[in-house]
Amino acid sequence: MRIFLFAGRTTKEIVRDPLSIFFGLGFPIVLLLLLSAINRSIPVTLFDINEITPGIAVFGLSFMGLFAAQVISKDRENSFLTRLFTTPMTSKDFIIGYSVPLLVMSIAQGIICYIVAILIGLSITASMIFSILLLILPSLIFVSIGLICGSLLSEKAAVGICGALLTNLSAWLSGIWFDLDLVGGLFKDIAYLLPFVHAVAMGKAVLNGQYSAMFPHLWWVLGYAIILTILAIVIFRKKMQAD
Amino acid sequence: MTIAIEVQSLTKKYDKKTVVDNVTFSINAGELFGLLGVNGAGKTTLIKMLSCLIKPSNGDAKLLGKNITQHPEQVHQLIAVSPQETAIAPNLTVRENLELMAGIQGLNKVNRKRKADEIIMRFSLKPYENQRSKTLSGGWQRRLSLAMALISEPQILFLDEPTLGLDILGRRELWSLIKKLKEKTTIILTTHYLEEAEALCDRIGIMKDGKMKAIGTAEELIKISKAATFEDAFVYFVTGGDIQ
Ligand SMILES: Nc1ncnc2c1ncn2[C@@H]1O[C@H](COP(=O)(O)OP(=O)(O)OP(=O)(O)O)[C@@H](O)[C@H]1O
Ligand SMILES: [Mg+2]
Repeated sequence: MRIFLFAGRTTKEIVRDPLSIFFGLGFPIVLLLLLSAINRSIPVTLFDINEITPGIAVFGLSFMGLFAAQVISKDRENSFLTRLFTTPMTSKDFIIGYSVPLLVMSIAQGIICYIVAILIGLSITASMIFSILLLILPSLIFVSIGLICGSLLSEKAAVGICGALLTNLSAWLSGIWFDLDLVGGLFKDIAYLLPFVHAVAMGKAVLNGQYSAMFPHLWWVLGYAIILTILAIVIFRKKMQAD
Repeated sequence: MTIAIEVQSLTKKYDKKTVVDNVTFSINAGELFGLLGVNGAGKTTLIKMLSCLIKPSNGDAKLLGKNITQHPEQVHQLIAVSPQETAIAPNLTVRENLELMAGIQGLNKVNRKRKADEIIMRFSLKPYENQRSKTLSGGWQRRLSLAMALISEPQILFLDEPTLGLDILGRRELWSLIKKLKEKTTIILTTHYLEEAEALCDRIGIMKDGKMKAIGTAEELIKISKAATFEDAFVYFVTGGDIQ
């Protein structure tokens, strides 16, 4: 009941910001169209529609982290959250109420991303559904990072970190735009210690029906998702009982 | 008469600084208690402890029998707080903000709507009902923030500087609502308007440097301090006068 009301509020707070709609939905789709247009004039395997779609679907999720950070840090800054802390809302109500709308939006975003990809040539397969469903894991990673930043940092810092840093990390260290093997070295090693490249590799494998190829990437993504979710819960609860 | 709020040696320290210093007092059910004191006296900190937002360094308090240190979740079922700062959800409309708060306090859909209608009328919020709250003027945001605390019919209500930034109409609306609520709600309010405290409050506590310097009705405080007016009495207590 409380969770529903609060989740509804989180949703409204986000979708009523036209800028979020643009970045959350528009931007990934523009990228998708742009890259497939490039690919048509200069074909690169990396930019094949069935390679690029899972990547962009993951990249798009980084905005969910930004939204989470934004909503929470704003609520903290304008005392709305403090006010809610004096009501019967529990930490469970808050955490679910903040994160579930974003997880739902992530899936919606994934679906739209794939629909656009289909319109420009991706062939429809059953594995597509799994690929979309699996987005829930990287989505958990991003939303948890957003929750953590939103709980700890000022709005400015939270938006800076999740908006600039997180989106860039997930863009550069994910192997979406260029093959990490070409760069190699430390860059590649770091990338493979982070979850982004694994999330993309997992998505690609599943979309192309090569289910065994999603390992060990799935374990990396799952591990990060679990750890970050737990961390987000712990930090939020800690913040709730300040001083 | 039942005691609604019982404060026992409540203390809050930040590092070495004692912000609320061994405060003990009680408030009867249905009483309207005014908490006065100059800036930085510790009023907001006291309210924050009583509403379980921060933990006391020492001492305890009971709200209708529930300990603030042991059962914050039970205390939260009893209270509503209007914080000193305006606290609203910026992208929700006025009505959505009100219905959200009512819902969080446990009202069902029908009652949420009914209560929102009522409070919108009482606070003359009708013309702004469907406006996003971030686009309201400061004073109207303030009214909304206040209305969000008043909507849930709590047993205990904390109002931290409720009339800050309100125009005279807003203040009158608030006063009339407070008088109506008083029948079934215990209210603690802080204010810097002494005439407001004198007119509204059953009893007044005056804080200075974290200590409760004096408690009583406005007349009693005037009498004790041998002052001519309540303002003089207030000045007497916050500039070093003491009952003892
Ligand atoms: N988190 C904190 N850390 C350190 N000191 C604090 C903290 N919160 C409050 N204080 C100090 O506690 C004292 C009392 O503050 P409080 O907000 O309770 O005063 P107040 O009586 O509400 O004043 P005002 O009338 O200005 O609202 C102030 O000196 C303030 O600096
Ligand atoms: Mg204060």
